[in-house]
Amino acid sequence: MAHRIDPSCRYSKSHEWIRVTDEFGYIGISDYAQQQLSDIVYVEVPEVGDSFTQSEVFGVIESVKAATDCYLPVAGEIVEVNQDLEDTPELVNKDPYGDGWLVRIAIEDLGELDTLMSPQAYETFVKRVQAEAEH
Amino acid sequence: MVKRTALYERHLALGGRMVEFAGWELPVQYTAGPKEEHLATRRAAGLFDIDHMGQVEISGEDALPFLDYVLTADIAKFAPGSANYGLLCYADGGIVDDVFIYTLPGRYLMVINAANRAKDVKWLQAHAVGAEVLVRDISSETYMLALQGPQAQAVLQPLCPADLGQLERHHALETSLLDTPALVGRTGYTGEDGFELYIHQENAPAVWDALLARGQPLGLLPVGLAARDSLRFEACMPLYGQEISAVRGPVGAGLGWAVAWDKGDFIGSDALLKERLEGARERLVGLRLLEHGVPRHGYRVLTGEAPCGEVTSGMYAPTLDGFYAMAYVVAEYAAIGTELAVEIRGKPLKAMVVKRPFYKLHENGR
Repeated sequence: MAHRIDPSCRYSKSHEWIRVTDEFGYIGISDYAQQQLSDIVYVEVPEVGDSFTQSEVFGVIESVKAATDCYLPVAGEIVEVNQDLEDTPELVNKDPYGDGWLVRIAIEDLGELDTLMSPQAYETFVKRVQAEAEH
Repeated sequence: MVKRTALYERHLALGGRMVEFAGWELPVQYTAGPKEEHLATRRAAGLFDIDHMGQVEISGEDALPFLDYVLTADIAKFAPGSANYGLLCYADGGIVDDVFIYTLPGRYLMVINAANRAKDVKWLQAHAVGAEVLVRDISSETYMLALQGPQAQAVLQPLCPADLGQLERHHALETSLLDTPALVGRTGYTGEDGFELYIHQENAPAVWDALLARGQPLGLLPVGLAARDSLRFEACMPLYGQEISAVRGPVGAGLGWAVAWDKGDFIGSDALLKERLEGARERLVGLRLLEHGVPRHGYRVLTGEAPCGEVTSGMYAPTLDGFYAMAYVVAEYAAIGTELAVEIRGKPLKAMVVKRPFYKLHENGR
């Protein structure tokens, strides 16, 4: 299935994206990830003020299939959560790079962004994941 | 070896996401996704490939007394042409399988769960020994499709010479579809009006294509396993292995209506009568979550902080736009209106015991 990759984001191997402005970042899951999860029915997000290290679980996405952990791509403190997901979690399916964002963080160490994948690298990564899934 | 149905290529062409289920490769969803497939079935119609379901033909002079002994239902009361729900029980009152029995001229057709097929056939054949009964597994030569939803009759009628308006709920008709032999039952597993179709495998692609072509302008969608599960869940129809099993019998499951208590001796009758008299220690209830969160199979049910039960099925219910569960709870907490909690990832979420089924046709604002 075709999926979109937002050129303005950087990506983790667990399919989260981060879009950075100054020392803040919006975080969500990729279009590929939402397609894999199928219909999303609930999103559990943390509280504003909570802090997490890089790759720590910060939330859970419940789809019709299963509950899936979300990992923070870089360490930081939650400064905002997407309140709209409480009543319309399907926004993550419909607009994963836009209205379906999950949280906004204050990034602790901008250097950690270098550990994430560029859009091009993520595209290659997904192709490899898909090829492996077919075997 | 995982089996593919005759419609495998069609599922792929429709964007079907294939998964393994009970030894079959079946679509868990199509392009529209489980929620849309579910809602389309409630609003218009849904088309399901359920060839994985098993069918057993039972015939012979002793067919009636044989079935009367292995099933909890009173077979003698089944009208010709009727289709009835029934349970096969173990001697201890646990359930071998839940089935549908079609009473047809000269034979009975028993529709069984895919996952239980080998076990059921063995069970039936073992109890048929010495009697004038022929138990024949005809699953591989019988193709089963389901067409469900308010538009089901309008979609099916053009393919069928019989007047489907005359076919009552839980009745069946031996007729034809596209001029090929078919058994059409007004039955289903969704809580909607609809049909289950039994045809020859070689005719399945043509019938499927015709139903899709007729139905799509009316809002019909092909429906995968995920929505099949959420549809049966809203209607609180039990799923073997979850709500019922070898250790979860009819009394606790609220299926006493499917047991003919006064018909005399049958497999499990002694144990069931005793349990009925004593009352089940745990009972199946419906729970509506009062907070957002998805209850899933195996999650604990709490009263205060103490465990008092376990979720058997739970999910987001698309038609009701809420989070619901079926769960076994200790009988004293089973009354409607009781406030309990479901533990989701260590956190208790408030829930209330509510009436089953969650969704009932002609209620819920329909």
